[in-house]
Amino acid sequence: MKNKRDILLTVAALVVLFGAACYAQFEMGSYVRRIINLCLIYAIIGLSMNLTNGFAGQFSLGQAGFMAVGAYVVGVFTVPVDLRPNVFYAVPMNPMIADIQLPLWLALLFGGLLAALIAFLIGWPVLRLRGDYLAIATLGFSEIIRILITNAQSWTNGALGIKDIPALNDVRYIFIATAITFLFVTCLINSSYGRAFKAIREDEIAAEAMGVGLFKHKCMAFMLSAFFAGIGGGLYATLLGTVDPKNFLFTLTYNFLLIIVLGGMGSITGSMLGSIIVTGGLEYLRVFDEPLELFGMAIPLFRPGFRMVMFSVLLMACVLFWRKGIMGTNEFTWDKFIAFCKNPVKYFTQKGANQ
Amino acid sequence: MIIYGGEKMEFFQAILDMSAVSFAQHFVNGFSLGSLYALIAIGYTMVYGILLMINFAHADIVMMACYFAFFGITVFHIPWYITFVGVIIATALLGVLIERTAYRPLREAPKNSVLISAIGASFLLENLANYLFSGRPLRFPEIPLLSQNIAVGEVQIQAICLVIPVMTFLSLAVLLHIVNNTKTGMAMRAVSKDYEIARVMGVDIDKIISITFIIGSSLAAIGAFMWGVRYPGITPYLGVMPGLKCFIAAVIGGIGNIKGAVLGGFILGLGEIFIVAFFPQLSGYRDAFAFIVLIIILFYKPTGLLGVKTTEKV
Amino acid sequence: MKLKKVMSVLLASAVMLGALTGCGGDKKEAKKADTVKVGVFLPLTGDNAAGGELELRGVKLAHKLHPEVLGKKVELVVADNKSDKAESASVAARLIEKDKVCALIGTYGSSLAMAAGNIVKEAKVPAIGTSCTNPQVTANNDYYFRACFIDPFQGTVMANYAYKQGARKVAIVQEVSNDYSVGLAKFFKDAFVKLTNDPDCIVDIANYQTGDKDFTAVLTNLKAKNPDAVFAPGNFTESALLIKQARQLGMTIPFMGGDTWETQEFIDVGGKEVEGAVMSTAFDREKASTPEAQKFLKAYTDEYKSEPSALSAMAYDAYLITVDAIKRANSTDSQKIRDALAATKDLEAVTGKTTFDKNGDPIKAAVIKEVKDAKFKYLDFVGVN
Repeated sequence: MKNKRDILLTVAALVVLFGAACYAQFEMGSYVRRIINLCLIYAIIGLSMNLTNGFAGQFSLGQAGFMAVGAYVVGVFTVPVDLRPNVFYAVPMNPMIADIQLPLWLALLFGGLLAALIAFLIGWPVLRLRGDYLAIATLGFSEIIRILITNAQSWTNGALGIKDIPALNDVRYIFIATAITFLFVTCLINSSYGRAFKAIREDEIAAEAMGVGLFKHKCMAFMLSAFFAGIGGGLYATLLGTVDPKNFLFTLTYNFLLIIVLGGMGSITGSMLGSIIVTGGLEYLRVFDEPLELFGMAIPLFRPGFRMVMFSVLLMACVLFWRKGIMGTNEFTWDKFIAFCKNPVKYFTQKGANQ
Repeated sequence: MIIYGGEKMEFFQAILDMSAVSFAQHFVNGFSLGSLYALIAIGYTMVYGILLMINFAHADIVMMACYFAFFGITVFHIPWYITFVGVIIATALLGVLIERTAYRPLREAPKNSVLISAIGASFLLENLANYLFSGRPLRFPEIPLLSQNIAVGEVQIQAICLVIPVMTFLSLAVLLHIVNNTKTGMAMRAVSKDYEIARVMGVDIDKIISITFIIGSSLAAIGAFMWGVRYPGITPYLGVMPGLKCFIAAVIGGIGNIKGAVLGGFILGLGEIFIVAFFPQLSGYRDAFAFIVLIIILFYKPTGLLGVKTTEKV
Repeated sequence: MKLKKVMSVLLASAVMLGALTGCGGDKKEAKKADTVKVGVFLPLTGDNAAGGELELRGVKLAHKLHPEVLGKKVELVVADNKSDKAESASVAARLIEKDKVCALIGTYGSSLAMAAGNIVKEAKVPAIGTSCTNPQVTANNDYYFRACFIDPFQGTVMANYAYKQGARKVAIVQEVSNDYSVGLAKFFKDAFVKLTNDPDCIVDIANYQTGDKDFTAVLTNLKAKNPDAVFAPGNFTESALLIKQARQLGMTIPFMGGDTWETQEFIDVGGKEVEGAVMSTAFDREKASTPEAQKFLKAYTDEYKSEPSALSAMAYDAYLITVDAIKRANSTDSQKIRDALAATKDLEAVTGKTTFDKNGDPIKAAVIKEVKDAKFKYLDFVGVN
């Protein structure tokens, strides 16, 4: 946000988008709203993952675990107290928390904070590691979180899962949450912290030599990432109205990996785009699962499972041939947008000439 | 304090109660599981040693090898010993194919891209298997010779449990010979030490990497075969958890170190069994064991038990 | 560069193909306006694919035998929920909104059903579960019904059976990450403690995770405790491996489980080692008392050349219940179908007469079966009391 014009334009764009969200809320069916909401929630989590993986350059695969924390805090504390005996029918809920019911926003915040706290505790041993080691260690922690949730039956109802979480399939609120995340991350990345993150990404040793506190910044990125993943997880729980530990297998993280790879590692707007393309695209690709009759002939290729094959082929193609994703490390800026609107042909030819 | 002490006593009671037979049985179980982990862990460690990347697809290569064996024996009725050789060849080819298509184009790319590509390859293999063979479990063909039971006193041992460690140590010996005493092995070590210098010295990097993948995948095929006989349900996601654990085993032992991988495999296998044996209350946390050990090891000795400390050059 | 071009061509053609099929779908809709649409959402890929496939067989078979209602053709719209909760929710919403189905059938796996629960409640479209046995599925949800019995009943049935067979000390091995297994184990334990009047009758409760392959450690522990029988509800793959390894460790005590075991894969994977395993289930040839059951048996063996499993039978029933409700509602209005469903009474289905209680759970009898000569053999019948 360099100048007044950009800020104004951004605010205007957000207002317009909020209007669109309201329109979607009132005029569209629950299926479309669900897809929009899923896109928005995945955008939050994608952004959170991009913070560590894209900006700070720390390859973390723990998003599913942090989501689980957020989702479970929301799940445990927002189910109406009178419905709880129904939910915890196998093992009664732990008396310490059995009567605590929080409003959704507080539970969300609390979930995010708890995820951040856990990230802090995990970060201490893990963030000294690099590359693959960090990836496998964070993945390990996310699995440990899931296993703990599975076994702590009196707190989380274990494998039986939690039902009757007050549902929130409301585009407006989820849009607001996404917009706040977006603005926060944008401001953060453009601050001195953001520059420190990027310095660490480019070269840790050089960054340290320049006086960037490695651990402090890594830990900060990791905690913020966990915080937003927790919020995203909480929203995910309210969207579905139910959670269970199997949701949060480490393979869930791969979804977000695809989002940030496709959108561009280290691009905020890229993550937003990536989320829309992946979530919407997966819905669109659903036709591949349905039997296809073309010119009266049934094509045997199309049966359940084909969509996921296509999905993984796309991921591979993206990594192999289009490594930078849609946005690379670039961002959408109003300057570029205006240049594009004024003269699209010139914009692209110039861009081509520059490359 | 007294009450606390009492609880503690109860917690450790299982150890005191354990009879010699139970202990021996646990040990046999853990030893065979450990050697199975070791066999697969070698594949991870070799690829990591050369390419410095986690070959996430390795676990799914194991899974595919199980399906190959199923088709060879159950569908085409080829005798198992011939299928065994066939599976090794087919799996080695698959390994090379994955290396060519998913990793080679990214040789000069940042490490994270390669990691993502590996995850993508693994994801693709799983989905492909799901699509082609359906998610319904298939039965790994029965090989009576290997799956028969042998009783030693009161301890029951499946024949395969004796074969697995033999295969593991045989593979280890052959591999150590190749790496230490042959020209290819020397080239491998050179590539693993310094990629650029090795190339300058005239090592055909692509060839060495292909050979690494052939060896790693062949071991995966052997491991898959053993795995299948021991745990005969084949599903598209069969490799995921064991794959993760085997990678962890490789990290624990010191990644890139073949002996370390075997050591790590045994630590994990025996550890998993004995944690349940001694603390039955913790059986629900068994899968967490591998990760906890990993994190402890990484914390105290980031290069693994047998790893060599390296410093990053500026 | 060349590869890039090839890739983009491939991508473009994929998109084109998608667009083509999309258009094709629209045309179809226009043509079949006079059909009654029933949505089916099942896990056809992912972890629960095996169960989903078997149930799809049942639904398809029922559709084949009863293709019409109210003088119109029934059109099944089948969707895959990938054994994933978020997918399950979107698929249910999609079937309701986009395909405009008047009722839903599905699904295998209680957590998948619960994810769709809010959606059917919100859209006021009734859903009939096939084999989601968790009590939570229908609790506090007027629009969810099911064709199968629920965990508490099944757990109690097996506890009674074990007691009747003379078992006094039983060990439980549960799949701790599976709601079905945990639920069943709990109700088994409660019932068994009540029967024996002995708080120590459960000598051990051991856990494992979904996807585990090695059970030797928990089994060796169990062996030392010397129980009369083991109750081990869980997925069929894991359970088959569990029993196999138990036999290899020289354990000869009986193993008991729930209805998930009754699939061909259980016997395929377990081989001769699962001989003698006992399970509760909803249906058997021997007790196929209703004419509908005879019809189902014949059609199933003709169509798929194998013995039908209870899963297929229950899915078949789910379809029958739906069609029956549409018939009695005399309308394709979802609300009316729901009311008709709630009033379902003594419907002659494959798994016996079906009557819904106030939760939308059927009051049903159970059958106990055993694996014998690589087949599921009828053992006992447990009526409703």
